[in-house]
Amino acid sequence: MKTLADLKKIREKAQEEMKLRGSSVRIKIVVGMGTSGIAMGAREVMKTFLEEISNRNLTDVIVTQTGEKGLSSLEPVVDLIEEDKPKVTYGNMTPDKVKKVVVEHIVNGRIVSDYVVATGN
Amino acid sequence: MSLKRIDLLICCGSGCISAGALKIKERFHAVLSEKGLTNEINIIETGCMGPCDYGPVMVIYPEGIFYKKVTPEDVDEIVAEHFVKGRPVQRLMLQDEDKTIAAHKEVPFYQKQVKVALANCGFIDPESLEEYIATGGYEALGTVLTQMTPQQAIDVVKESGLRGRGGAGFPTHMKWKMVHDRKEDQKYVICNGDEGDPGAFMDRSLLEGDPHRILEGMMLCAYSIGASQGFFYIRAEYPLAIKRIKQAIEQAREVGLMGKNIFGTDFCFEAEVRTGAGAFVCGEEMALIHSIEGERGNPTPKPPYPAVSGLWGKPTVVNNVETLANLPTIFVKGAKWFSTMGTETSKGTKVFALTGDIRNTGLVEVPMGTTLREMIFDVGGGMIGGNEFKAVQLGGPSGGCLTAEHLDVPVDYETLKARGAMMGSGGVIVMDDQKCMVNVAKFFMDFCVDESCGKCSPCRIGLKQMYNILDRITKGEGQEGDIEELQRLGETVAKISLCGLGQTAPNPVLSTIRYFRNEYEAHIKDKACHTKVCRDLFHFKIDKSRCIGCSLCSRKCPANCISGSREDKYTIGQVDCVKCGNCQDVCPVKAIDRIPGIHSDVTAHKEALLKRKARED
Ligand SMILES: Cc1cc2nc3c(=O)[nH]c(=O)nc-3n(C[C@H](O)[C@H](O)[C@H](O)COP(=O)(O)O)c2cc1C
Repeated sequence: MKTLADLKKIREKAQEEMKLRGSSVRIKIVVGMGTSGIAMGAREVMKTFLEEISNRNLTDVIVTQTGEKGLSSLEPVVDLIEEDKPKVTYGNMTPDKVKKVVVEHIVNGRIVSDYVVATGN
Repeated sequence: MSLKRIDLLICCGSGCISAGALKIKERFHAVLSEKGLTNEINIIETGCMGPCDYGPVMVIYPEGIFYKKVTPEDVDEIVAEHFVKGRPVQRLMLQDEDKTIAAHKEVPFYQKQVKVALANCGFIDPESLEEYIATGGYEALGTVLTQMTPQQAIDVVKESGLRGRGGAGFPTHMKWKMVHDRKEDQKYVICNGDEGDPGAFMDRSLLEGDPHRILEGMMLCAYSIGASQGFFYIRAEYPLAIKRIKQAIEQAREVGLMGKNIFGTDFCFEAEVRTGAGAFVCGEEMALIHSIEGERGNPTPKPPYPAVSGLWGKPTVVNNVETLANLPTIFVKGAKWFSTMGTETSKGTKVFALTGDIRNTGLVEVPMGTTLREMIFDVGGGMIGGNEFKAVQLGGPSGGCLTAEHLDVPVDYETLKARGAMMGSGGVIVMDDQKCMVNVAKFFMDFCVDESCGKCSPCRIGLKQMYNILDRITKGEGQEGDIEELQRLGETVAKISLCGLGQTAPNPVLSTIRYFRNEYEAHIKDKACHTKVCRDLFHFKIDKSRCIGCSLCSRKCPANCISGSREDKYTIGQVDCVKCGNCQDVCPVKAIDRIPGIHSDVTAHKEALLKRKARED
């Protein structure tokens, strides 16, 4: 490390590794992991999100999980929460649908209406 | 890039470690690998998070959920519920009155705190250089080295108003300037990590929890004064602090943040750790310097000050750990930002080790000028056990006590000094109305007698005399004139001792006399300890109206001095009583009380003994 620019490079990479603790999060993905969610494949859904985000180097997106959401017929259920925007809830998710949501919604900012089961709170 | 979705921060400060944090960490590793979740969850061992009373504590991100008093048995549930199903475990959260507090940042303990020196402590992995850099680490150093002259850097410190956090509160920039102005080929910077005050763990927590910050602070000082070599003086009782600093030095060297031509400039720097054997006096800067030189850790007269003739006779800056910890932030956020916090004469924040009879003991950092009331009642959560606040000791064995009338005093160097206490390094011991102030003074005096190096006679002999008088007073042998004698001795020792140890050691005695003279008088004249702490100045009494005659006290009495019957109830033979308190502990109906004062039977017995002795002579 010889310059401030070198330091900056290390910092950016390190901040990326620490983003779960940070506040620079643009989109939060919340996967419903209640008993029925898990039974319907919520773990696979979450894993796919994690992999897709990692592969695409999306540094401002985090994945977390929550308990039962009371939408059992629509499990696995996923919320996408963006600052200053209404929450978008996707239902009946599968790994393939996840890939589409990542490309369309998260990368390109276009909601995938076909999978949406609710919006707002 | 990682697939991690949870950062699990386990507090591994000394408090939480002794409460079992390491076992919990191991359990997490075991359970996560059992469930195949190792890839998704980052387990990070952090430095002290502060609220030691709640330990072991942990924070789980991204939600920032705070768990307290976790046991290894809780780990399975945390993993199964929180990590797998996303349902945080309510019963491990903090209960504040009727509310459950889930989020770390909403814990009341933190509400009045402002973390500057402690900003990363409990938030980052102290063994990771990258995490320190992620929080802005080494940016100050890079900027100062490439864009400022040493004089400009000193000016920033001057403008910030930073004063030494090691006790005396000497303006940091003045020390630096003195060394900067000396024309010498070799100069040194020393980080004082001796921390000898009983109950203090501020510097330890900083060294353990954010070692790179201290290292960066040291390098900022070194550049400003023209030093190329630094020493960390850390007591051997702090093995983790020593390990972390050594590791930080290695990590910095590997990436070129230490060694030759740092940030491509002419600045070269090396640092080493020296361990001390843990004598209180070795925290005094001259004694510390001699200890590093391989000599006996004794103070020598000042002047010459270390700034003129320090380590191996070279100009040296000795700075406290916390002083250094503030520097990186001052340079990144600016002197103005720093100086907006605090009071007219004392800028920034101060870290305190808050202990004693309060609800939330722990490590806290508040802006200078925060009142004692805010610190004790808002941060500390108030008194425990339903007792009243009585006094607070600031500055450890060198400091003094303050009372309820001072609760609204803003804490800064000058206001404390004016009232007979001092900032010291930041030990705060809160005492309730069950504490005997004469006994407290005796405790600190005992410590100072033990720790006096013995080189100068006022400290070696004077403190011992003061201790003897205090000891007599607490044993019921106080005499008329003892208070005045303590004051006379105390003032003399303070005036003519060689170093700060003797100069400040009388403070606890003088300040308790100042604010609790009536307690001294009760001990001396009435032979009574009203808080019922001094064994010779209270007695046990069985209240016959409450006694049920069960005989348990009599059976448990090691001196066999309790007699009676179910009908007559029981009585303590006062002359033989050894005041062990067993009877009071075992009484099923709490019929035994402590009564201040010596029992008349004991006084009569003593007089009879004296008379007989006089006759025999
Ligand atoms: C008996 C005695 C013990 C001391 N112990 C410490 C200590 O443990 N840590 C410390 O930083 N300063 C201690 N000091 C103060 C140091 O002599 C010195 O003033 C301080 O390290 C300067 O650093 P600062 O200007 O950054 O506060 C002690 C002083 C005395 C007289």
